[in-house]
Amino acid sequence: MHAPSPLSRSSIFLRFAFIALALLIIVLAFGYVGGWLTPHRLTAQRLVDQLQANAGVFAGYRRNHAKGVCVMGYFDSNGQAQPYSLAQVFAPGRTQVVGRFAIPGGNPYAPDSSAPIRSLALRFTQANGQQWRTGMNSMPVFPVGTPQAFFELLQAQQPDHPTGKPDPAKLGAFFAAHPETAAFLAWVKTAKPSASYATESYWSLNAFEFVDANGERHAVRWRMVPEASDASTAGGNNPNYLDADLTQRLAQSPQRWHLIVTLANPGDPTNDATKAWPSDRRDIDAGTLVLTSTEPQESGECRDINYDPTVLPHGIAISDDPLLPARSAAYAASYLRRTSEEAHLPGTAATTKPEAK
Amino acid sequence: MTRTSSQFVLTARVLHWLMALMIVSMLFIGVGLVTSVSERHAWLLAIHKPLGIAIFVLAVVRLIVRLRNPPPPLPADLPAIQKLAAYASHYLLYALMLTIPLVGWAMLSAGGYPVMLSHSLRLPPIFPVNATAFAVLRHAHAWLAALLLLTFLAHMGAALYHGLIRRDGVLSSMIGTRHELE
Repeated sequence: MHAPSPLSRSSIFLRFAFIALALLIIVLAFGYVGGWLTPHRLTAQRLVDQLQANAGVFAGYRRNHAKGVCVMGYFDSNGQAQPYSLAQVFAPGRTQVVGRFAIPGGNPYAPDSSAPIRSLALRFTQANGQQWRTGMNSMPVFPVGTPQAFFELLQAQQPDHPTGKPDPAKLGAFFAAHPETAAFLAWVKTAKPSASYATESYWSLNAFEFVDANGERHAVRWRMVPEASDASTAGGNNPNYLDADLTQRLAQSPQRWHLIVTLANPGDPTNDATKAWPSDRRDIDAGTLVLTSTEPQESGECRDINYDPTVLPHGIAISDDPLLPARSAAYAASYLRRTSEEAHLPGTAATTKPEAK
Repeated sequence: MTRTSSQFVLTARVLHWLMALMIVSMLFIGVGLVTSVSERHAWLLAIHKPLGIAIFVLAVVRLIVRLRNPPPPLPADLPAIQKLAAYASHYLLYALMLTIPLVGWAMLSAGGYPVMLSHSLRLPPIFPVNATAFAVLRHAHAWLAALLLLTFLAHMGAALYHGLIRRDGVLSSMIGTRHELE
């Protein structure tokens, strides 16, 4: 091979500079995508950081809906949703379920009366190994429609120094700037903390798509509607009355809900969880959720499940709702933090009190 | 035409550049999906898993191609320390190409996630469900990917150094423009 002609000193310098520049561009691009160069861009980590700022860090617990309890049972499908979704869970038959009831907020020791909202997360494990995970709340609409607005709501809710409570002026300013919260605010005005998990309905909030055997897509929302409707009164001074009530009910009999799937009409918004669909939309009773037993979340099977609502079987898909990818990303960040704490990995958080601003 | 050892065989070159594109994309997809809360998160996640498995399969194929077709020798006048760095970084790149996808697969298995490559194609778990193992594997996945990024940068810097400064035929042996030695 011919020896190349020697390079001048300035030419060598320029070539080294070109190489350095090429490498630098890649590093900067990586830093940009990773969010390190844009400290104000919303990331999953910053969402979870804000949850921690509001409630404190409780090592090993979920960063939101930290207080809860595991439940086990099954779903008996009646086949009525099958024409709309080819997911195995909707074929007539039984699917095993591991679920979790919870209340909102990052404090696992909060009294059950601290919020009028209850949540139900479920993991259906189909016979073919695919899973359907869903996290539902006991309200028909979500306060905000975008991850950024949710982040701003959390910021407005951060406990203020020295009262330890959110600043009403900031909350007021947030709601004034976000008229989409009106439907949620109207609901919350009349909502009372229920005395039982078993008497609540739980809404998917986000829209999803069912995919049928022909590949046709159907926009849907779903909710779990309880068979139990007796409104017992909250258990006196016991701040954990929900667990006590659930244990007592399950000791007597399994608790049942009907999975009601609502089919959207063309034009119904699928990208806005603040808007309920009109009440005349077609409902399908897809089957019965039967919960048979409960376990504490510290030792139960639900502890290590990330109820990411975008983990879906073939036959269910996410819609264009912008909250869904944000939930997936933030739940993953929370799951990594709490499992790292469970594993006692170096650098993981110890339990701390909430930071007042 | 007799085969020359002055450049990599065509299969090796095609695999190299194809995988270079896939792996660099993968590093950006990985860091993007972990941080992003936008709709990008969903499609990055959908690409990440099948692409990772594809990289693993191609890395196995490439290892076989390499064992059957020894690469051209490094220039005889290359300093020993640079030769050592070249061999070590190539071993490391192969190790990471094979390990990172497996760690990712094991990590999802340990987390109890179904390992879905598409809407309907599911891989079996390769690790028992265990939250502690999930956390360790999840961190390992990220740290190994960071190591892969650094190794890639060193590899690319060295390739450009060979191509632009030393001009010794090492870069053209992978581009395919290196001519016969004799």
